[in-house]
Amino acid sequence: MVFEGAAGQGVQTITAALLPILKNSGYQVFSCTEYMSRIRGGSNTTEIRITEKKRRAYVRHIDLLFALSPHAFEHLKERIDDNTLIFVEKERFGDHWDDRCIDTPLTTFAVEAGGQVYSNTVAAGVVLGILGVTLDRFDDYLRGQFAGKGAEVVENNIKAATLGYDFGRRLPAARSLTIPAPAFEDGTGRLLMDGTSALGIGAIAAGCNFISSYPMSPGTGLLTFLAERANAFGIVVDQAEDEIAAVNAGLGASYAGARAVVTTSGGGFDLMQEGISLAGMIETPIVVHIGQRPGPATGLPTRMEQGDLNLALYAGHGEFARAIFAPGTLEETIETMQRAFVLAQRFQIPVIVLTDQYLIDAVSTIGEEDVKRLPVVPSIVRTDENYRRYAFTDEGLSPRGVPGYGDGTVRVDSDEHDESGLITESFEMRRKMVEKRFKRLKPLGDAALPPSVIGRHDVAEILVICWGSTRGVLEEALDIIDDNRFAGIHFSQLFPLNPATGAMLENMRLIVIENNAQGQFADLLARETGLSISRRILKATGEPFSVEEVVEYLKEEIHG
Amino acid sequence: MDNRQHPFDMPPGTDVAWCPGCGNYMLLKAVKGALEELGIDRKNLVMVSGIGQAAKAPQYLNVNMFNGLHGRALPAALGIRLSNRELVVVVESGDGDMYGEGGNHLLHAVRRNYDVTVIVHDNMVYGLTKGQASPTTQRCMKTTVQVNGVTLEPFNPLAVALALDAPFVARAYAGNVEQTRSVIKEAISFRGFALVDVFQPCVVFNRLNTYQWFKENTCPMPEGHDRSDRMAAMKLATAPGKFPLGVFYRNEKRELYEDLTGISEKPLYQQEQPGEEAFNAMLEAFR
Repeated sequence: MVFEGAAGQGVQTITAALLPILKNSGYQVFSCTEYMSRIRGGSNTTEIRITEKKRRAYVRHIDLLFALSPHAFEHLKERIDDNTLIFVEKERFGDHWDDRCIDTPLTTFAVEAGGQVYSNTVAAGVVLGILGVTLDRFDDYLRGQFAGKGAEVVENNIKAATLGYDFGRRLPAARSLTIPAPAFEDGTGRLLMDGTSALGIGAIAAGCNFISSYPMSPGTGLLTFLAERANAFGIVVDQAEDEIAAVNAGLGASYAGARAVVTTSGGGFDLMQEGISLAGMIETPIVVHIGQRPGPATGLPTRMEQGDLNLALYAGHGEFARAIFAPGTLEETIETMQRAFVLAQRFQIPVIVLTDQYLIDAVSTIGEEDVKRLPVVPSIVRTDENYRRYAFTDEGLSPRGVPGYGDGTVRVDSDEHDESGLITESFEMRRKMVEKRFKRLKPLGDAALPPSVIGRHDVAEILVICWGSTRGVLEEALDIIDDNRFAGIHFSQLFPLNPATGAMLENMRLIVIENNAQGQFADLLARETGLSISRRILKATGEPFSVEEVVEYLKEEIHG
Repeated sequence: MDNRQHPFDMPPGTDVAWCPGCGNYMLLKAVKGALEELGIDRKNLVMVSGIGQAAKAPQYLNVNMFNGLHGRALPAALGIRLSNRELVVVVESGDGDMYGEGGNHLLHAVRRNYDVTVIVHDNMVYGLTKGQASPTTQRCMKTTVQVNGVTLEPFNPLAVALALDAPFVARAYAGNVEQTRSVIKEAISFRGFALVDVFQPCVVFNRLNTYQWFKENTCPMPEGHDRSDRMAAMKLATAPGKFPLGVFYRNEKRELYEDLTGISEKPLYQQEQPGEEAFNAMLEAFR
């Protein structure tokens, strides 16, 4: 079902109320959002799916549409068909009226309950009525949400919910749909969250205690998530004057012993590149989250794309080691965020986590037991009087001291430097330092996450390869196709690639699916493995792939 | 064998990349003197710098050092300071580094008012890139880029800092080591953002602002100047004629950013990972 409304009409309020209620009632839910880059007006939607099996993908087709703005029909015409039920108020949408529409007196009920402001509550009530979910949880939610506004507001909300609910219950059977039954008797043991929260939980699990960032959609969420929990977890939060300041403050903090992260989007990361290069030179850990959105330049600020892989891969002048992650599920997001911190500290390098607007805003469920905490390895040493920050070692990694801890001094220099961190122009020292900085590539590669298999690799002939947020849509499309000749491969670490990757992909037809115009990961994969990519399925419209779309593409493989 | 004269000296034989006769030597001497007189533990001092000849200064002090990117000393200093309040953080920078490349960071560092001392080696020219105009180059000076002479008015760092209520604003002249040391000493002991703009001759690329020129164009702070009077300081900072030397302005009342943001007294490197209980409590909100 899809909820449509202008910005400011409260679509998000409805879905934010419905999702935990549906989840706690045992339904398998998934939700994703698309919105315009404006504060009021336009036409935004949130899709909520109730499924038998756990799903995490966008579907194009709309079964139930709740339309609040007159722009809904134009905006969603490709997604509605004869089978769509459209819940609208007849008097406001007269022009588009046809027999798919159900006159839903949201405003009338709201006014009856106390005022137009309660329309959203009526709409949520209608949905619960259609589903036959009892109103108890919603009433509790409303009491909790509006307790601060007085008993009258609570009562009005409950009345609005009841009016909507009764309306939903009364819908003629012929017009109602088959809705999957709850998958769990009780869903309260499961957690419901969006991608941003998973990033934040991962960062906190890793002991992140410093964030310096400049707001930029869709990367801002991590900054606000950590800011909300700054007091509880002792996180230093600084809103930087620009992204250059953000990354340099992060590096200063990391130098002083903080576990630092910065978050941004592609445009902000452009500005950070010199800082990424500095991290490489001074061998100082830093985790950078890039919430991708379509570029170039300002592009489509609120939409999704996977167009910044090359940026992450090649960011910063000079040559140095780095790692890049791109999680595809909540579980992976929580885990890779922790891995990002672990790797950054173990290998003293910049680590980039690539997500996108779709992954960040998508809401899904996760079992509490699937929130994994990785063991933390202490990475800071107490310095002695003779401490040298860049002392040569067999593995090229020098014990990392921080200023003020021990008897030594810690000197880092963006110029080429000697073991003690002092500027040098000796070619011999340069040679040794370059070698030192690259010695870590081997163990860094060995530590790389292997790609995960969706389906049966052993019998497959065609591998459909994806990375980051495209995982969910591929999983579901492969399920629908239900053909063992296909298997999916998902990469949540993009660089370096796990050394076994090439062997895993050999002798298969390789299809790469990604949300960009050129196939950036396909290029990387071909270069790193020497294998050729048979087909690239690409999309760079600003929207995620839909399940239907990917099914069509895969059918072409079967039928030619 | 260690022949160091005092704790901030580098080992004998350390190569110094400054030109003979450079004003940086005197400034370095003044900084060392100030640090020594203040009795600062070098292990708790971090010198932060960007890029340029001035920014090499921390290379020649036996202290913790973060020699980062051109123009970006202040953000790095902020990160260091917010991660460990026990550290004394001093930035050394040049006029190009601080007033050109890093100008935005300067504005926002003053707005934040975290505890940092910013010493700007102001030689009114770009040295390391060989003699182009800097933001503080005087009008009409000819360079390889400004071939007909600089047409723009020089940037006035003290006036800008005062406009933002930087709580400590001073100017010194490296040729006067005694006064420079005393001003820097006061700046480092000041709690909050302290800007010390230090005039310093570039003997290779600035033939206009020589030792002689600085001698003739600077003057003592007028007698009776009230350092707590921001408008009087602004008047002095913008007045035509000779440049007064000394402390223009001190404002003890501005609150520290570290306090306003509630930064913990405990350095972040000592902070433990979140415990099971706090972590699980966070997850509760997602039920």
